Amino acid sequence: MEEKTRIFDEHDFDPIPEQDRHTDTVARQSTSYLKDVWRSFCKRKTALVSLVVMAVILLLVLIGPEISGYDYYSNDYTAINQPPSAAHWFGTDSLGRDLWTRVWMGGRVSLLIAILATIIPYTIGMIVGGISGYFGGKLDQFIMRAIDVLMGIPQLIYMILLMVIMGSGNIWTLVIAMSITGWMSAARSTRGLVLQLRNRDFVVASETLGASPARLIAKHLLPNTMGILVVGMAMMIPSVIYSEAFLSYIGLGITPPNPSWGQLIKTASETFRYYPYQFIIPCIFISITMLCCNLIGDGLRDALDPKLRA
Amino acid sequence: MEKNKILEVKDLKVTFHTYAGNVQAVRGVSWYLNEKETIAIVGESGCGKTVSIQTVIGLNSSRTTDIQGQVLFEGKDLVKEDMKEIRKLQGDKMSIIFQDPFTFLNPTMTVGKQIMEAYREHRKVTKKEAKERTIEILKLISLPDPEKNMKRYPHQLSGGMRQRIMVAMALICDPKLLFADEPTTALDVTIQAQIVDLMKELKTKIDTSIVLITHDMGVVANMAERIYVMYAGQIVEHGEAREIFYNPKHPYTKALLESVPRMDNRSDTPLSSIPGTPPDLIAPPVGCAFAERCPHAMNICRKEQPAYQNFGGEHIAACWLHHPECQKRLSLRRDEHEQQ
Amino acid sequence: MVKYIAKKIGTALLTVFVLATLTFFLVKLLPGDPFLNEKVPQAVQDQQRAYYGLDKPVWEQYLTYMGNLLHGNLGTSLKQVGRNVGDIIKEAFPVSAKLGLAAFLFSELVGILFGILCAQFKDRLPDYILMVVAVLGIALPSMVLGPLLRYLFGVKLMVLPVSGWGSAKQAVLPVFVLAISGIASTTRSMRASMLSVTTQDYIKTARAKGLSPVKVVMWHQFKNSLVPIMTNMGVALASIMMGSFVVESIFLIPGLGKYFVDCVTTLDYPLVMGLTIFYGAFLVTANLIIDILYGVVDPRIRVK
Repeated sequence: MEEKTRIFDEHDFDPIPEQDRHTDTVARQSTSYLKDVWRSFCKRKTALVSLVVMAVILLLVLIGPEISGYDYYSNDYTAINQPPSAAHWFGTDSLGRDLWTRVWMGGRVSLLIAILATIIPYTIGMIVGGISGYFGGKLDQFIMRAIDVLMGIPQLIYMILLMVIMGSGNIWTLVIAMSITGWMSAARSTRGLVLQLRNRDFVVASETLGASPARLIAKHLLPNTMGILVVGMAMMIPSVIYSEAFLSYIGLGITPPNPSWGQLIKTASETFRYYPYQFIIPCIFISITMLCCNLIGDGLRDALDPKLRA
Repeated sequence: MEKNKILEVKDLKVTFHTYAGNVQAVRGVSWYLNEKETIAIVGESGCGKTVSIQTVIGLNSSRTTDIQGQVLFEGKDLVKEDMKEIRKLQGDKMSIIFQDPFTFLNPTMTVGKQIMEAYREHRKVTKKEAKERTIEILKLISLPDPEKNMKRYPHQLSGGMRQRIMVAMALICDPKLLFADEPTTALDVTIQAQIVDLMKELKTKIDTSIVLITHDMGVVANMAERIYVMYAGQIVEHGEAREIFYNPKHPYTKALLESVPRMDNRSDTPLSSIPGTPPDLIAPPVGCAFAERCPHAMNICRKEQPAYQNFGGEHIAACWLHHPECQKRLSLRRDEHEQQ
Repeated sequence: MVKYIAKKIGTALLTVFVLATLTFFLVKLLPGDPFLNEKVPQAVQDQQRAYYGLDKPVWEQYLTYMGNLLHGNLGTSLKQVGRNVGDIIKEAFPVSAKLGLAAFLFSELVGILFGILCAQFKDRLPDYILMVVAVLGIALPSMVLGPLLRYLFGVKLMVLPVSGWGSAKQAVLPVFVLAISGIASTTRSMRASMLSVTTQDYIKTARAKGLSPVKVVMWHQFKNSLVPIMTNMGVALASIMMGSFVVESIFLIPGLGKYFVDCVTTLDYPLVMGLTIFYGAFLVTANLIIDILYGVVDPRIRVK
């Protein structure tokens, strides 16, 4: 029993005064939400690299056509189907047009469509879904039934039909067709999120204290749904790029002489065997863009979803 | 009378490697279980009681978990044993009733199939035999209309019925060891009483040793012969149930007992609660883990962990208040007081 | 379950009705008149219009069209004179359907298998390899992958035919190209779904019964993980059926895709309407079947 021989300090058995005790110590420091999201986003190297690559592509799309010294529509029959060279960095097509310029002009068109045809339907969806979820009742039931029915109609079929009616060949008809057909799933997920949040204590508390609907939406509902919706948008961009390429490929999207990535791929695929570079170059950029958007979306989703953090 | 220890846990330590750091969920606990005995491990949520029993039955083995110590059962150390061997014991010789019958039942499988699954796995019987056994066990736990109900899915049954299904699932192989992890917490109060009654009734009908985990002292009083009190991953007090209830030594045990509502309390005595929250187990305190919440905390409590003091029989508690030196000084102080 | 199916059938019928109505009126909005031709005398033009019923008021045309639709009559093509839309579908659709369904089944089966493997080997080599494959699959749309593979296997290696339809060998490349994005997305969602089910409490229950990891995955994790995959199957099938338009044109497959593209450029409205409604109805029916299967997999859905 060595305990007995042990010598204790004089004050060891003095009581600790009440005010000296820390009953509620916060052991870990809390960081702000956005900082936290950014930090875990950066932890995913693939997502970070994708972000950089996307930035480079965006830059080239903006300045690429300006620095080549050619325009995208002038034919030059003295220089048709030329392979990449110092004069034409990506070579020329069957009409002697500079491919570098056409690829980046095409990128402008494809990315502009991708961004607009993501943001516009998403905004429509968020408004419809938000109203539906916020006000509930008969209106909600009606909107959800309508969405059920409309979602039953395959999107591309509907888009084809709209393109036929509005006339193809131009960016705006494409964006409008995609907006008309693409808002439903955004509406559905927004409604789900709003419904979930609506019954959360902090929203109910705020409402009981007399906050106006506008304040509730701006202060509570939007900030808390934004994250998931941003991920949804990031994931939607590649599918919009695909839709544009699809429509251009079957002759209902952008029509020549205007370039888009889908249009360039379609034109070049006919002569792929002889001039593979004409096909492969736009393919590389469309693939890299779709890849990066997906990886960025993945990174954002993991960063925003604390459950997945191991 | 020499009793047979069926299960003995020695200095068990469990650490989880997580995103935030290493969580020392269980920090060296030792306990044992005699044959046909019921013991209880009590403590508030997050104290490591669930983790320690899930480790004992081999549900915590993963690459992100570090387990040390010994779990002795039938002459084997389960910590070192191969997973294959442990699987032979799981569901057969040892089984567990989980706390929440709403989330622990597979929503896409009929309850009958879920009950007979362990039996078919361990006894290699035909479907028909398994079915008969299932009906038998459902009768034992007095589930109405067993033949019809076993074809149902969990969402078609009430909470109380689902918990009975959980009990049936655990009992189907006649386990030697039964762990019950807060079997009543997720249920309505009236249903809780039914499940407690069922467990008590079963105790007389089957020869199983039971480890009951709970924070509900009411359930413990009804069933357990011995009690272990756990706090922040350690056992702070252990003794026969009567000793713990009528002669608690550790301030935490006292606080736990005082926070139980009692019918014989006068209505003007307030129900006491324990101030503060348990410590963060990523960086556990050096001294006694309860010090910051303890009404009798002394300077030494923060500096050093107290050793177990024996109070006769099995009754031990880890608290500086009961250290001989402290007792000596307290009596000295009392004498000084009287002299003045 | 009966109530659930009835509700789903109701929605499906309503969807087809809305689709047919929308299609009819949208096509009526089309600019241009297919019979407007300076070389043809006015009287003949009028006669043609009368033959196709285009001289009547729109609502009457609508009722006639819907009435015909109910009898399965999709009208007559304007440009391919005398050919019934129904006949065109009968001739070309089986090809598209075979291609599409083969690609759909292939992508679902492979995707589910890959997803399970990824989840089982999470953060280890097989997971990384399959995830790279899955991500590449998403990044390589059929108009990119199709010509590349056709060139590689058909022209360079000469192991597979470059085009056509009929033999098993001819089907390999188109089915694969059509399936790849489906494989990629199914792999990803199956992986995510398996991983989220792993942490569910009932998996712990299953493990506590002493079941081997394989049995836990097979009997408890798999079926529950399938639920989100099922909800996605309708969309997956639709995108594969539509994607076959591109693949059919790359590999010169005589399916319905060619007609669809042609009729759109030649303003052959009865054909546009007929094909749109037919495709729509086909996919709605497929969705209905998927919804019913969904009810079988997840018993909770039946009572809702």
